[in-house]
Amino acid sequence: MVPLTHALVLAAILFVIGAVGVFIRRNAIVVFMCIELMLNAVNLTFIVMAQKVHSLDGQVIVLFVMTVAAAEAVIGLGIILALYRNRRTLDVDEIDLLKW
Amino acid sequence: MIPLLFYLFAFVALLAAVLVIVKKNPVICALFLVLAMLCLAVIYLLLGAEFIAAIHIIIYAGAIMVLFLFVIMLLNLDKEPRATVKGRFYKMAAALLGVILLGVVAGAVGLLSIPERGVAVVAEVDNTKAIARLLFGRYLLPFEITSVILLVAIIGAVVLVKKKL
Repeated sequence: MVPLTHALVLAAILFVIGAVGVFIRRNAIVVFMCIELMLNAVNLTFIVMAQKVHSLDGQVIVLFVMTVAAAEAVIGLGIILALYRNRRTLDVDEIDLLKW
Repeated sequence: MIPLLFYLFAFVALLAAVLVIVKKNPVICALFLVLAMLCLAVIYLLLGAEFIAAIHIIIYAGAIMVLFLFVIMLLNLDKEPRATVKGRFYKMAAALLGVILLGVVAGAVGLLSIPERGVAVVAEVDNTKAIARLLFGRYLLPFEITSVILLVAIIGAVVLVKKKL
């Protein structure tokens, strides 16, 4: 069968890759894609745990996470579109009006 | 055989994830993210979650990433000269924080001692039927609340892109 600890380590590495991507990328859409990558890593963790304790609750939680991720993608991309319409840039380094 | 498949798709998923954060063109990043999601769906299949694997492909690769690609192509950016943050300091700080976070999360994985709970059915019924029994039985309230979340998302999307309210 699938080595469960290695699958958890894979999920951890994917999460960290997504987190590093959020830090270093400047395009707002790519930052959002890295957030989706983090959510996928969390989904993998839930499913591995569901296999480990022989319970299907983890898989039901994954369904809810996917639905909320879809709703979040819609709203986030709407925000990005409104941002582009007002500031004509998607560079997160240039959107700094809230800095002190 | 199954561990070999797992390692193969895990390697491809890791490679695709690294290329998501490295490539400059956002369309290429989106396509590599789709590849990572497909590899993850195969890993879900190997873990016995075939309904979740199908739903993963339909929702994530079929709906969310298509939405991403729509927005990327709608905005029609010319290629940016700089894709990552300026300065080597931030990149090194991000790499260091990534290593620390990986240590924390992997250490948490190693310290886990999960008690075995034989709660839900796995053997006789197939995955879809078992998930349906849970989703419409025990988790009915979260299911209905999720539909309200989707309604709020639709209203929010319409409000956000209107030119004048």
